[in-house]
Amino acid sequence: MNFDPRYSGRSFTSVGTRPIRPDGVDKVTGRARYGADFNMAGQLVGRILRSPHAHAKIRKIDTSKAEKLPGVKAVITAKDLPDLTDGDAAMYDILDNCMARTKALYDGHAVAAVAAVDARTARQALKLIEVDYEILPHVTDVDEAMKHSAPLINDTIFTEGLEEKPVKPSNVTKRTQYGHGDVHEGFGHADFVVERSFKTEQTHQGYIEPHACVASVSSDGTADLWVCTQGHFVYRQHCAQLLGMEASKLRVTSSEIGGGFGGKTHVWAEPVALALSRKAGRPVKLVMTRDEVFRASGPTSATSIDVKIGARKDGTITAAEATLRYSCGPYAGMWAEIGAMTAFACYKLENVKTVGYEVLVNRPKTAAYRAPSAPMAAFAVESAVDELAKEIGMDPVEFRIRNAAQEGTRSSYGPVYGPIGIGPTLEAVKNHPHMKAPLGKNQGRGMACGFWFNFGGQTCTDLNIGMDGSVSLAVGTVDVGGSRASLSLVAAEELGIDYSQVKAIVADTSSLGYNDMTDGSRGTFSSSMATISAARNAIKILRERAAQMWDISVDDVAWEQGHAVAKGEKHGNLGKLSLKEIAAQSGKTGGPIAGHSELVADGAGVSFATHICDIEVDPETGSTRVLRYTVVQDAGKAVHPTYVEGQYQGGAAQGIGWALNEEYIYGKDGRLQNPGFLDYRIPVCSDLPMIDTQILEIPNPNHPYGVRGVGETSIVPPLAAIANAVSNAAGVRMTHIPMSPPRILAAIEAEREG
Amino acid sequence: MRYIRPLSIEDAVGQLAGSAGTSAILAGGSDLLVRMKGGFVEPDLIVDIKAIASLGEIRETADGFSIGAAVPCAVLGENAALKKAWPGVVEAAKLIGSKQVQGRCTITGNLCNASPAADSVPALVAAGARALIAGPGGKRTIAVEAVPTGPGKTSLAKGEIIEAILLDSQAPRSGDAYLRFIPRTEMDIAVVSAGVNLTIDEQGVVKAARVALGAAAPTVLLVEEAAEALIGRKLDEAALERLAKVCAGACRPIDDKRGTIEFRRKVAGVLAKRAAMTAYARAGGK
Repeated sequence: MNFDPRYSGRSFTSVGTRPIRPDGVDKVTGRARYGADFNMAGQLVGRILRSPHAHAKIRKIDTSKAEKLPGVKAVITAKDLPDLTDGDAAMYDILDNCMARTKALYDGHAVAAVAAVDARTARQALKLIEVDYEILPHVTDVDEAMKHSAPLINDTIFTEGLEEKPVKPSNVTKRTQYGHGDVHEGFGHADFVVERSFKTEQTHQGYIEPHACVASVSSDGTADLWVCTQGHFVYRQHCAQLLGMEASKLRVTSSEIGGGFGGKTHVWAEPVALALSRKAGRPVKLVMTRDEVFRASGPTSATSIDVKIGARKDGTITAAEATLRYSCGPYAGMWAEIGAMTAFACYKLENVKTVGYEVLVNRPKTAAYRAPSAPMAAFAVESAVDELAKEIGMDPVEFRIRNAAQEGTRSSYGPVYGPIGIGPTLEAVKNHPHMKAPLGKNQGRGMACGFWFNFGGQTCTDLNIGMDGSVSLAVGTVDVGGSRASLSLVAAEELGIDYSQVKAIVADTSSLGYNDMTDGSRGTFSSSMATISAARNAIKILRERAAQMWDISVDDVAWEQGHAVAKGEKHGNLGKLSLKEIAAQSGKTGGPIAGHSELVADGAGVSFATHICDIEVDPETGSTRVLRYTVVQDAGKAVHPTYVEGQYQGGAAQGIGWALNEEYIYGKDGRLQNPGFLDYRIPVCSDLPMIDTQILEIPNPNHPYGVRGVGETSIVPPLAAIANAVSNAAGVRMTHIPMSPPRILAAIEAEREG
Repeated sequence: MRYIRPLSIEDAVGQLAGSAGTSAILAGGSDLLVRMKGGFVEPDLIVDIKAIASLGEIRETADGFSIGAAVPCAVLGENAALKKAWPGVVEAAKLIGSKQVQGRCTITGNLCNASPAADSVPALVAAGARALIAGPGGKRTIAVEAVPTGPGKTSLAKGEIIEAILLDSQAPRSGDAYLRFIPRTEMDIAVVSAGVNLTIDEQGVVKAARVALGAAAPTVLLVEEAAEALIGRKLDEAALERLAKVCAGACRPIDDKRGTIEFRRKVAGVLAKRAAMTAYARAGGK
């Protein structure tokens, strides 16, 4: 494959238009099939028994009574999911999270499961399972868990990354450090220094569709899994490994997805459903309740972050330092490390140092959540940056422009940047009418910047041309944000045909080569690259077929605007051949026409955004109202601008919820107090203004069309932008997310009382 | 589980009185069905009262209004006379859940669910509403505030059903108002709330007042001292500050996932003040 992924600077016909998505009508009419909409003849209902304790040793599980209940077809515990991970610690953690082995590590941890003929029987069976727990002391707070006096969650863990090998086990699994220069020296040159500590509470991705799957294991050892996921190939790998199956014998089909945001990149119930089906010999459908979704899936880290930034009077930052402590749930993670990498990525810094600590707590295993770890780090850093600008007496936008990273800057996490969008988003914000709009009483404006890496990864795509000239595109990245429409536009663009001639589907794991998940904002970036490559391969065949039809050399056939065109003086009398005409003759010229592509999409361009928001605070109640919100973000090239805008708005909406009201609330008993949408408060429509967007297009040099991922960056700035706005409106610096009314009122009162 | 849909109140009372296990009354179901789905309750008998014709009506009587137990809150908002007489009660009913929920839920259900945070209850208490109860021993009428006895508990005896909520005609130069605090704009439960009903004389001096607080104690509180802070005065700054202080002091709230004790106290006072100002304006006060 001689695929050239470099940006070509070409003009576009289809890309950049806004056609209706192919999955749209089915979704708005209720026909679309989500995870729980799939059914099989003879299927059983699977239910999971979960620990009510935050931390407990499992002495014994007696399932005998449940097994005797009429209608119960299988009961499983960890014994039915034996450890086949062969020393792979990360896989072992996944296995233990799916079904607790020796200890329940959080409220909601799965300890057993049943498959029964109906939901009522399954529920009754759960009540008949007797678990003998030895309750252990627990810890749910990230700072508390770091103390020497904290209960140890895993006594085999010794902190990695310390200069001296520790002699005692710890809840801190790892220390990481990033940066360059000498911060000590840098602070010596500073005229102003801001130093603050921040906290953010744990949030859930809040997808509306709960996890759901149907597993069917056949007696010949092959199996099917229909599931709501962001990555069916990865689910296949993980499930096959945990169940001791060959990957090719497990076929995974992804359903439509009612939100994932990173939370559907991890297996939770799927290996359990497969194990139940294997034991019962019948298909098993397992759908989590909302309560289970909150208690056992997701969430993101709770954090505690210290930031110190120094600058000269002229506004140049001389040094920046941060210590970031992120909760991982009860299993090792690399969440603080990502926070440490992203914290200062927006800035050009001579002296920068970030240190991350991964901390175990008795909460669910931390999962990826849209630009995981970056929003909390940005909250702390961008709050301090705002405060520093104020101390120097500079406009916060000007201060950021002065210190913004640019092409050639060595980033705080190591690599040197190519062409990037942080400067342009700041310039766009500076000139945006929103920045000049008047503010009323008790209103404040805030702005903040955000960064995300974006990923590429393994991608495989098939493009098949039917005899009628229509094109079916089979991709392996799950469509979470309109990618089938975007990829159809790309195929149409490359082939030179109309969008309506292309139909894209998400193929199952037996129909395509391996694809990484739809995560890291990679779906459209990587699958569009593979689609361009597949289309170019198909065009090569189309040209060969045209040459055959004309009986001329393929070297004399060019592909222009959806047609084969004969080149050269001696072929001047030949008319053009359309894709449709060539396809109609394909049976006589060598058979079906298709283009295939498999590649590793390298060079996902980094992404930057700057947000502005206006907030009104009721000083008597601490109540907030988001009055206006503007997102400015670099898309590289917006393939389908409406869906790019949708990503910008969606990330901002989630960030607003996180900033203002969403949080996991644990009782003293270590139990989650608010596992439902009533008391876990995501914003409702009437809580939000229309979110304005501005798309910038700074082409990614590593993609033929200049595309960058757009899905995640939009959730990075909101916590900070809103914190800056609330702080300006209330006249007091807010340092604890979410800024719920009680926290805001308490801060206002404390400020009043001095 | 047995589900029945009686056509008369007598039949409903008889079925409830004669049932052996646990039973539940189904009107809108916006509390009951959610609790059943969550696995919190599994009643042996469900009595759906929506087929009892008289329970689905709002009647204007010689004394005022009779709001049937099965009347959805949305219907309260469509009754011009009720809205004019008791705007505070109607606005409270129209705050429950969302538009969709209001199409099903009822103020009687809201009362009998016996949540201290029930939105319509402080407004009903402030308005001096009464509950008309049908039971095996005949009918009786009690003050609305006497129905809930604690979170999830009522004073209703076995077999008793609230048939209607009774509201008097509003006295001249009177107004009521209800405000609640939620962190969002809708689809939420009151963190704390206040209902105020007052009557003024021609000079704008408060002659009578009732102040009720929600989510401030195990049951909705009727704060008599708060009424006294208003009676005999115009609604000046001092009276309002006194009202806020008394209400904050009267609260016996808890710290929970929805708010802190401190927050509830402060905001109870703020809401009482604001509701009093609205009620005063509605009464024609300036």
